[in-house]
Amino acid sequence: MKPVRIIQSRTVVLPTRDIDTDQIIAARFLTTTSKEGLGKNVFHDLRYNKDGSEKSDFILNKPDAKGCGILVAGNNFGCGSSREHAPWALLDYGFEAVVSTEIADIFRSNALKNGLLAIIVDEQTHGWLLENPGVDVTIDLQTTRINLPGDRTVAFSIDGFSRHCLLEGIDQLGFLSKHLDKIKSFEETRSWKP
Amino acid sequence: MSTPTTLFEKVWADHVVVEETADIPAVLYIDLHIIHEVTTPQAFSVLRANGLPVRRPDLTLATLDHSTPTTPVTTFKDLLVAGEGAANQVRQMEQNCEEFGLDLLGYGSGKRGIVHVIGPELGATQPGKTIVCGDSHSSTHGAFGALAFGIGTTEVGHVLATQCLLQRKPKTLAVNVDGTLPAGVTAKDVILAVIGKIGVDGGTGHVIEYRGDAVTALSMEERMTICNMSIEGGARAGMIAPDDTTIDYLQGRPRSPQGADWDHAVARWRALRTDDGARFDKSVSINASELTPMVTFGTNPGMVIGINEPVPDSDDPSFRKALDYMQVESGKPMTESTVDVVFVGSCTNGRLSDIEEAARVLKGRKVAAGVRMLVVPGSEQVKADAEARGLDRIIEAAGAEWREAGCSMCIGMNGDIAQPGQLSVSTSNRNFEGRQGVGARTVLASPATAAASAIAGRIADPRNYS
Repeated sequence: MKPVRIIQSRTVVLPTRDIDTDQIIAARFLTTTSKEGLGKNVFHDLRYNKDGSEKSDFILNKPDAKGCGILVAGNNFGCGSSREHAPWALLDYGFEAVVSTEIADIFRSNALKNGLLAIIVDEQTHGWLLENPGVDVTIDLQTTRINLPGDRTVAFSIDGFSRHCLLEGIDQLGFLSKHLDKIKSFEETRSWKP
Repeated sequence: MSTPTTLFEKVWADHVVVEETADIPAVLYIDLHIIHEVTTPQAFSVLRANGLPVRRPDLTLATLDHSTPTTPVTTFKDLLVAGEGAANQVRQMEQNCEEFGLDLLGYGSGKRGIVHVIGPELGATQPGKTIVCGDSHSSTHGAFGALAFGIGTTEVGHVLATQCLLQRKPKTLAVNVDGTLPAGVTAKDVILAVIGKIGVDGGTGHVIEYRGDAVTALSMEERMTICNMSIEGGARAGMIAPDDTTIDYLQGRPRSPQGADWDHAVARWRALRTDDGARFDKSVSINASELTPMVTFGTNPGMVIGINEPVPDSDDPSFRKALDYMQVESGKPMTESTVDVVFVGSCTNGRLSDIEEAARVLKGRKVAAGVRMLVVPGSEQVKADAEARGLDRIIEAAGAEWREAGCSMCIGMNGDIAQPGQLSVSTSNRNFEGRQGVGARTVLASPATAAASAIAGRIADPRNYS
């Protein structure tokens, strides 16, 4: 995995609460055997009309949203299914980070393993970001702080191990594989066998 | 004397290969890994790219469920009913299992079915196990006192390669359900009421333990319905302590322990309970005797009311957006809504007792004109058992469709979908926007409520169809 240290971008805001993984990438797009090419269908039913044309009033279709790498979303983003296609689609579209007050457990775990920064900020910061779409912010994973316009900085929270893996570009399978001797010994010595 | 611990803590502690520290999560051993065609192809690609084998094929249970048609399949051409992508995914899974030496419970096995239906049915799901699957409804298996949770595809690769996961220990949430369920109120109504109470994020970061006399009174299939929807309350896992009901269910199943192993296992399982005085991080209580049949009115499972209650009101924009999508009005009960589609099935309510419940309501009655009703067994075994009891004939005589096993319209990946704007009363687990088809409006309910609604042609109280 490519190391992630600093993300500098404008924000795009989806204020709706409880945006589920079916909305991020609908089930009909999961009949793929690769991770690539899902970005064109991210938020598909919010983004496109029935005839395939873009819905002009949807935030991602506004000219200002082009090139924004940081998605600020309503509380409990990514709830629902375990489909890793959700972070794959967001990354493929061009997002590098998702910011909310709460991010569902499985989505967050999947996102961080793919280099999509899923980070939690306090309610006040979240409220400010929701009200000020399109601002330039810098997310510094080294210091776990977000730099907002006007020299303001606020802390964000992220699991320490995930942060370490992201900063160093560590593949978690490689990390886990270093414990294979302990796994073998666990299998041999446990009191019952599955 | 040792510190009292919860059921979850006992199962967790029994599987820690490497303890977690402030810097590093625990290495947790996985006893059963269930895999299906949709969330594994990219994981097999990682194994292939790194020249890695599947470490424990004997602890890996593979089947086909999400992308499979619910029409009969004997050749590859039959798979195309679900679309070319879906058919290719099934073929890819067959090839991956062949290449990596995995026994696939696929076509022709007689054992194919929804991952969370076949695990218990085969007796592979057992108390005290850690069980994962690339599917968020893996929480279902917690009904046996297993620690079971959904994982992403990267983690599927981790388990295939190492039989372990890197995990932070979650917190615990006790959900106490006391009292006696009134007649006509089911396990589905209980879990919908629980999610309505805690909200769709109430369990985030937690493992739920369902406790109380209303829970212990439930059958295994009812307990599975409860644990299945833990994720809809944000909790990755939900557990119920094993007891005589659990042990009776498992006795004699193909993958249950046999002979002396059975006796040892039962002794171990009986110790799997939360000690008196053990502490939960959070707890909530629900009085079962006050519950009525429940239906959802919005676009997540937490937006739920009693069948005769009026839809609530709120100025919150997300709430308004949900009501607009569902085309329902605050102040009116859901029983005024006309029904287009009824779906009975899924890992939530696709087991024999669910089909029986729907058939009981349908018997001697007719599905209303203009309503399409699909009844989809959760597995080939459920299908065979239902047919042995003549349930298929009752269902078809009522004018409903009796289909082949699979996830079907719960996720709508296989061509079984509702059309834009149609209202679907569904026994599945998610009423998200577009979940059952673009623009489809889903109302979650029990099998009895779904069947009653099919007959009435509008959302109906099943207690009027006894």
